[in-house]
Amino acid sequence: MLTEKKILELEQKANDIRISVIEMLLEAGSGHSAGSLGMADIFTILFFHILKHDPKNPFWEGRDRLILSNGHIAPVYYATMAHAGYFPIEELKTLRKFGTRLQGHPHREYMPWLETSSGPLGSGLSQAVGMALADRMDCGADTHRFIYCLMSDGELDEGNSWEAAMLAGKHKLRNLIAVVDRNNIQIEGFTEDIMPLEPLSDKWRAFNWHVIETVGHDFKSLNEAFEEAQAIFEKPTVIIAHTVPGQGVDFMEHDFKWHGIPPGIRDMTGEPSKEEQGKLALRELRTLGGKIKSEHQ
Amino acid sequence: MLNPKLKLNPKIFSLGCEQVPTRKGFGEGLLKAGELDKNVVALCADLTESTMMNLFADKFPDRFVQVGVAEQNLVTVASGLSAMGKIPFCSSYAMFSPGRNWEQIRTTIAYNGRKVVIVGSHSGISVGADGGTHQALEDVALMRVLPNTDVISPCDAIEAKKATLALAKTPKPAYLRLFREKTPVVTTEETSFEPGKAQIFWLPDVGLAQVGIIVSGGLMHLALLAAKELEAEGIKTKVMNLATIKPIDTDAILELAKECKAMVTIEEHQVAGGMGSAVAEVLVESFPVPIEFIGVRDKFGQSGTPDELIEKYGLGKDSIKKAVKKVLKRKV
Repeated sequence: MLTEKKILELEQKANDIRISVIEMLLEAGSGHSAGSLGMADIFTILFFHILKHDPKNPFWEGRDRLILSNGHIAPVYYATMAHAGYFPIEELKTLRKFGTRLQGHPHREYMPWLETSSGPLGSGLSQAVGMALADRMDCGADTHRFIYCLMSDGELDEGNSWEAAMLAGKHKLRNLIAVVDRNNIQIEGFTEDIMPLEPLSDKWRAFNWHVIETVGHDFKSLNEAFEEAQAIFEKPTVIIAHTVPGQGVDFMEHDFKWHGIPPGIRDMTGEPSKEEQGKLALRELRTLGGKIKSEHQ
Repeated sequence: MLNPKLKLNPKIFSLGCEQVPTRKGFGEGLLKAGELDKNVVALCADLTESTMMNLFADKFPDRFVQVGVAEQNLVTVASGLSAMGKIPFCSSYAMFSPGRNWEQIRTTIAYNGRKVVIVGSHSGISVGADGGTHQALEDVALMRVLPNTDVISPCDAIEAKKATLALAKTPKPAYLRLFREKTPVVTTEETSFEPGKAQIFWLPDVGLAQVGIIVSGGLMHLALLAAKELEAEGIKTKVMNLATIKPIDTDAILELAKECKAMVTIEEHQVAGGMGSAVAEVLVESFPVPIEFIGVRDKFGQSGTPDELIEKYGLGKDSIKKAVKKVLKRKV
């Protein structure tokens, strides 16, 4: 049940997470901005409403599993986990620095409660398929756990992604829910220019998946999508979440230039100066935070 | 003489010596491992019979995953199964796994610390008629370079079975290297096997050995035949079975080097990066001695019978004897 009050809380939480993401990236001086901001709402609804998990008991057997396949959006993963109570928010500042638990791409040797290490693209979904198969071997149809896999649209260029999709379809893995961050960009340009993915929904349907398309920034729609995915019994489900890369920071939105860089390191034509980028981003997010409150109050 | 302590097969030097492929030992070992531990699961990429995984798949269909011809998926799905507490064995031909899917093995298994056993059958030149595309001569190099990963290349079917059972208990990512062809059964059920421990299979009747011969895999019987003939010619050798290439048994290798002060390594693999290289890495750091490497020298394989190919690429008994005599002359 997603009440208006809960939606307000989630919006504020997502905004706090975006602020953390920008602060982390500024401090690190490298890292991926666009996807991290674009996926903040989905991470928020998962960790603060959908997932069965316990930050104080991260190895609890009965937890849902969440695989982040496109590990380069680690900033939003770490920020969300810190805000959820897995580790101190203060530690976010160590991102990408020597000795940190917050490796540039997630590595579970440093943070054992991460469900996997990732970075090289296209192999998260197959790990999630393995988890879903193991869950079925152990629990059969009685399972109450879900395996979630968050993936990028760009990594659907990888053959391994579709090998995994085919196997999940074969086994009708209803305990598997994939979320594709359909932000239409990848590092060198727009997905449809680099390697066209459309018709994307049809592709997944052809692999025997149940497909839900939704806006990736609307908590009510996202919640409905997850509830529908959980209720599907015959097939694995993919939620194709239409997101805005750089969501929340005006000068970054929809712009593939911000895929793989942080604010504050590079002057680019048509963008604020590098000295201004971080300040502008934070100011905008902090103002937005105020807006969220006033709109609902 | 054959090391009497190890209870090796006394028929190894006779013509009627039993021949069994190592992959059969794996198949039987996996079935047994499955019976002993319900968490053992198996995955295959459309080569279930070829890799003898069918014994397990037939007995435990609910714990077997057929992924189709998709080796990248094979190992990554195995990683996911391991994350949930399963002990996955995934088999294919070595050329495809770890040949095709090396990065997936690196990231999702080795880097991730997932207890998955990669089983590469049809390694080496002895694959024969299928030709160079199917003869994995680089797989040991690929796998031993990965941190946190064990590499085992059994010398016969019985040892392959023991290695499989041992790997089902190991808490680490591992690679098990197998051969297509039948090879003479060198060991017996009574021969001890412990991962990480090298064993001396052949030693002089009296006195010290002049050359140490280290073998991984199916060429062991040829090394023993060579050692026997060399003994008749008055050259004393010790033959070591280095089934576990990683973690390498440094102490045993140094002990052999200190006794013999000259070594020959034998494997069905590229000389570059293989077991011989691993032995050389140990020796040059602590006790440098002359080494002759028996292996494939920067060439791809081709079609032929195993015997023809072993001869062509200089891996046969006469090549071994020649290498022993050559290294003997290099001793200082």
